[in-house]
This record gives sequence, structure tokens and C-alpha cells, in this order.
Amino acid sequence: MSRFARLSQLLSPLVAVAASFLVGGLVVVAIGENPFHIYAILFRGAFGSVDAIGLVLFNAVPLIFTGLAVAFAFRAGLFNIGGEGQLYIGAFVCTLAGLAFGGLPALVLIPLLILASAAGGALWAAVPGFLKARFGVHEVINTIMMNFIAVGLTSYFVINMLREPGQMTPQTSEIAFAGHLPRLADSLSLIGIPLPQANPLNFSLVLALGAVLLAWYILYRTTLGYEIRAVGMNAKAAEYAGINVRRTLVMAMVLSGAFAGLVATNEIMGFRHRFLDNFSSGLGFMGIAVALLGKNTPLGVLLAALLFAVLNTGALEIDIFTDVPRELILVLQAVTIILVVVGNEVFARRVAAREGRAAGVPLPVTEASGETK
Amino acid sequence: MRKSLARPFIILVVTIVVAATFCGCSTDQPGSTDGTLKVGMVFDVGGKGDKSFNDSAYRGLLHAADQFGVEHTEFEPGQDADRETGLRKLAQARYDVVIGVGFLFSDAMRKVAADYPDVKFACIDFDPRPGETLPDNLAGLRFREEEGSFLVGVIAGFFSETGRIGFIGGMDIPLIHKFEAGYIAGAKYANPAVSVTVAYTGTTPQAFADPAKGKELALLQYRRGVDVIYHAAGSTGNGVIEAAREVDRQAIGVDSNQNYMAPGNVLTSMVKRVDNAVLMTVRSVVEGNFHGGLREFGLADDGVGYAVDEYNEDLLTDEMLAFVEDARQAIIEGTVSVPKE
Repeated sequence: MSRFARLSQLLSPLVAVAASFLVGGLVVVAIGENPFHIYAILFRGAFGSVDAIGLVLFNAVPLIFTGLAVAFAFRAGLFNIGGEGQLYIGAFVCTLAGLAFGGLPALVLIPLLILASAAGGALWAAVPGFLKARFGVHEVINTIMMNFIAVGLTSYFVINMLREPGQMTPQTSEIAFAGHLPRLADSLSLIGIPLPQANPLNFSLVLALGAVLLAWYILYRTTLGYEIRAVGMNAKAAEYAGINVRRTLVMAMVLSGAFAGLVATNEIMGFRHRFLDNFSSGLGFMGIAVALLGKNTPLGVLLAALLFAVLNTGALEIDIFTDVPRELILVLQAVTIILVVVGNEVFARRVAAREGRAAGVPLPVTEASGETK
Repeated sequence: MRKSLARPFIILVVTIVVAATFCGCSTDQPGSTDGTLKVGMVFDVGGKGDKSFNDSAYRGLLHAADQFGVEHTEFEPGQDADRETGLRKLAQARYDVVIGVGFLFSDAMRKVAADYPDVKFACIDFDPRPGETLPDNLAGLRFREEEGSFLVGVIAGFFSETGRIGFIGGMDIPLIHKFEAGYIAGAKYANPAVSVTVAYTGTTPQAFADPAKGKELALLQYRRGVDVIYHAAGSTGNGVIEAAREVDRQAIGVDSNQNYMAPGNVLTSMVKRVDNAVLMTVRSVVEGNFHGGLREFGLADDGVGYAVDEYNEDLLTDEMLAFVEDARQAIIEGTVSVPKE
């Protein structure tokens, strides 16, 4: 790929983010507020203190996991819209294990719960993966349906069978203390970073960063990753080359679901320590936007998740301290996504046009995707 | 080629410069210095504008602002973790009173109240753990909804011509079961032969914010011969009232006085005076006699009741009202006991 193409790959999300802030600014002006003031408050909410930055990271963790989940499946050509359901099942299995194995020491229980989270998500994603591989049923429909089943099932169990005794809040009892992931405040204060004790940032941040590395490693340094990418680019060609497409599709979904399930490390093990009915409010769906903005690469997902977390964290500040509704942030996020998608297409055309001219071939009608080679 | 790259670059640079300017000018810190009391309110699912539970709380806040000149802010959390974060931010911004509207705030309130002993917290419909005692700076405000529901049940039982009345609840939880239990007991008190059809919208907090489903459920009950439906379903109930208007039957409103929403088709409303509780909380802070702990509001202290105004006075006969008032007295004196589930 030429330098121009690489540069445009990098630039298009940046330009999209910048342009979306301009559009958002116009919206604020239309409401009759001063956009400079509103953005100042947004950034104060996200970067104004160590506490704020901790909140940004805390909010980024689940988006990193769900973003990786979507991106990973996407590399195999699968559109996993089921991150929401997968993270619910992951969180539910994690909570069950945390309630059942309370007697185990932390050194055993924590890894066990992490595995349980991943296994729950993987199991839930394996079903549409299998249906796709075996019967060719489209994964988009099945993952969406699996979302409904996951939310409904967990809701039923939590409300009717597992609810904390004497409580009307639809949540389970607290999982064993040994299964709590410690907060980062203590560790960071050792190296002189004054994160308040109350800040919810916890060790799942480390797991999320590990997951980014793991996703990169699997995709680019293992046979399975090669097969996944090959199937994603052209399943027929991959099959002709001797790759077991069905097995690859199922494996891609299983790993994708496992990433989504790991959201539980933050939400259950790190923060709430119990399963609250309907706790997610769309983290799985946000993952789709994160993956799109991050161009389905692990590093891109990390950066996109951070950006979304900055916006979400700042949104709360805007909501509390100004008259502008938090929906402004939804506008920013949506405009960014639209511009990235449009930007991909425009840049791809330019690249094709330039490279076509250079090689002396006529301009192609169909465009290459934004795939990094 | 240089030109095609230049444009995005310029846009980028301009944006960075502009963004840097924003950050530079962020010096205004929240926190008043002139000594006015600051009250923060965080809403439940459904939020401001539900014409019911949240709006009742908001009315209380506006009254307080009127009476005591307090400064106020309010917001609705976007995700669950925002509940705790939002309460914390208000406390950090040196708000004097922070009010959480709804039982979903119970956990977050416990934690934040412990971290900010100088800030007063109040939680509407607080969900206490068995045997729990609250710290001095946290008031859990609860209502005997079953008592108010009993009275509107009496009215429904008295009014119904078909002998079939309905109940539509929001989320299927013990809090809403209290409304149902009181209503049924009241209806049977007025008319032992009455039959009650019960439906719930759902099992998640979203069940309080689904007017379309509320309307659907109500139409279903009306078609089966039900002529009065009591809803305890937040903004979902707006659909119930809409259905009553459409087929010209009766609905009973909840939390706020909803009689005006369809004059002639809202028999009465079970008012839960969240507004009074909010006003009382703010007043106690102003007067310096706020204290923590659980507090229950019932018929005796006008914490709950039923609404009569120009929109429904033609529907209620004097005989009916006298009967209801007798029931009210009987409950306050304890000669009639109202079930909670």
C-alpha cells in the first residue's frame, strides 16, 4: 500500500472526529448555548482531574472488550451484533460462579471467574456461529435474536430466583469477596498517582489491554488468525486454499463472544460485584461503533473505545452542569461514525484513482474496502 | 496530490487549535460562593416529563426553589454506573442536598453518603436491607402506596358497572405489588363481588417507560368488559389513559394528579406526594433539622391520597366520596388494615 493510502487510513477517523465536533458545535449554537463553553465542560469532565481520567478509563474498558468482539468477528466476515447478549451471559455465568464458589481463595477464584465470563460469552456466540457454519443461517439475525433471549433469561432468573433476599431491586446478592478485582486506586497511589479511593477503575483495565494484545497476536501471529483473515477476505478462495471455513467461522465467533463476555470482569468483578438486571444499557451495540471507528484493528479499537469513553464521561458533566442535554454526545458519536464510513469510501476512491493513474490502468468502478494489508 | 492531502490537514490543525482553546478557557468551577443552598436531583428511568413519578419529584424541587430560593440542577443518568458517578459529582461540586428519585439509587446512595458525610442525601422509595440502619446524612423516604391504592380501589369498586376492573403495573416487583394489593383490597371492600384483571408491562425498569405497550394492555382489558383500570406504571400509564379516552372508559392515574390528562376519562388519581417529601427534605435542611433514617409517608400525614378536582368531580357522587372518606378514617384509625402483597 502506498504512503498516501496509509496516511489516508490514519487521517480519515481523525478528520471525522474533528468534523463531528464542528457539527456538534453547530447543534449547540442552534440550542442557543456557547459551544466553546460546552466543550470546555465536556473536556473538564473527561480530563479535569485524575478522578475524571480514571472514569474515562473505567468507561473505556467495556467498550474495548465489545469493540474487540465485533472487530474480531468482522475479520472473519461475520457481523456479530450479539455482543450485548454475549456480555449478559458472560456476566451471568461469572456471577453464578462467584456466588457458588465463595470458599475458594482469590488466587483461584479470580482466574476462574475470568474464565467463566469468557466461557459464557463464547457459548452464547457459538450458537449463531454454528448455525452459520452448518446451515448457512445469517449470523446477523441470529445474534440479534440471541440478544433478546439472553436479556430475557437473565432477567427472569435474577428477578424470580436469584434476587437478593428482602430486596426489590432486581439484582443478585454480592459475589464472594475473593472474586472482586481490586480497584487501581491503591496500586496507583504507590507510584504517586492520586486516584481517589472511590474511583471505580479496577484491574480489568489491565485485562482489557491484555485482550488488545491477545487479539492482535491471534489475528496476525497465529495460523488461526491467518485463516480468519483469509476467510474474511474471500471465503471461497480460502476454502480452495485448503482452509476449513466452517471451523474457522465457529472459532471466530467463539473468540468474539469470549471477548464480549469479558465485560463482566469490569462490570461484575471490578465494579458492582453483583448482577443487576439490565445493567448494560447497550455496551454491546456501542462495540459495533467502536469497531467501525477503529477500522477493525485491535489498536484502532483501543483508541476508538477511549474516544467514546471520553465523550460518555464528558456527557455526564454536560448533563449535570449545563442546560444542554446529554443527547448532544449521541449526535457527536453518530456524526463521527457516518463521517468515518463516508470517509473510508472517499479515501478508497482517491487511492484507487491515484494508484490506477500511476499504473496506467483505467479507474475501477468498484472500490477496495478499507482493509489494511 | 499535495493538494488533496493539504485540505484534511488544514481542517485537522484548525480543529486541534480550536480544541486547545476550549481546554484553555475551562476555568469556571462549579460551586456557589454566595451561600445559597444547592440542591441536586437525579431522576429514575422515564425521567423528567413522565407526568407521573419523576415529575412529582421535580415539582417538589421547583416548589422548594420558589419557597427557599435554592439553586438546583437535575439530570437523568445514561447508564447504570452513572448513578453513582453522578451522585458523587454533585457531592464533589459541594451541593448541600442530593436527592435520588427511585429505589434503583439505593446502592449508590449508601456508598456515596458514606464518602461525603457533610452532604445530605435523600432517596425516594429507598430499598433497605433487612435490619439496615441509615447514616445521619441519608434519609430513605418511603410511601405507604397500598393505603392510597386502597382508596382508589374503593372508588373503582364503587364506580364499576360491569363489576370487572383492571390493574396495569409497570415492573413486576414488590414495590408495585403494594399498589396492586391495596387496590384489590379496596375494590373488594366496596364491592365483594368485583373481579380484578391484573397485568404487568415487563420485568425491567424499561417497563415504566413504554406507553405503547400500556395502551395495548389497556385496550385488551377494556375489550373484555373491564370499565376501570388503575395503572402503576410511570409513563407507560400515559398509554393506559390514552386507551381510556379512545374507548370512553375510565382510567385511574398514579403518583401525580393525572385527572387533567383526559378529562372525563380519568376517574381519579392515586397521588403519591413525592413532591411533599422533596419539599420537606429541602425545608429540613434549610431549617437545620435534617436527620437521616427511614421515614414512611401514609394517609395520616397526606403522603398518599386520591385526587378530586374540576376534571373528575362530575364522575364522583357525594355518596361515593362519603364512603371513601369513611374508609380513609378507618385506615388511619387502624380499624381497617391494608395488605402489602
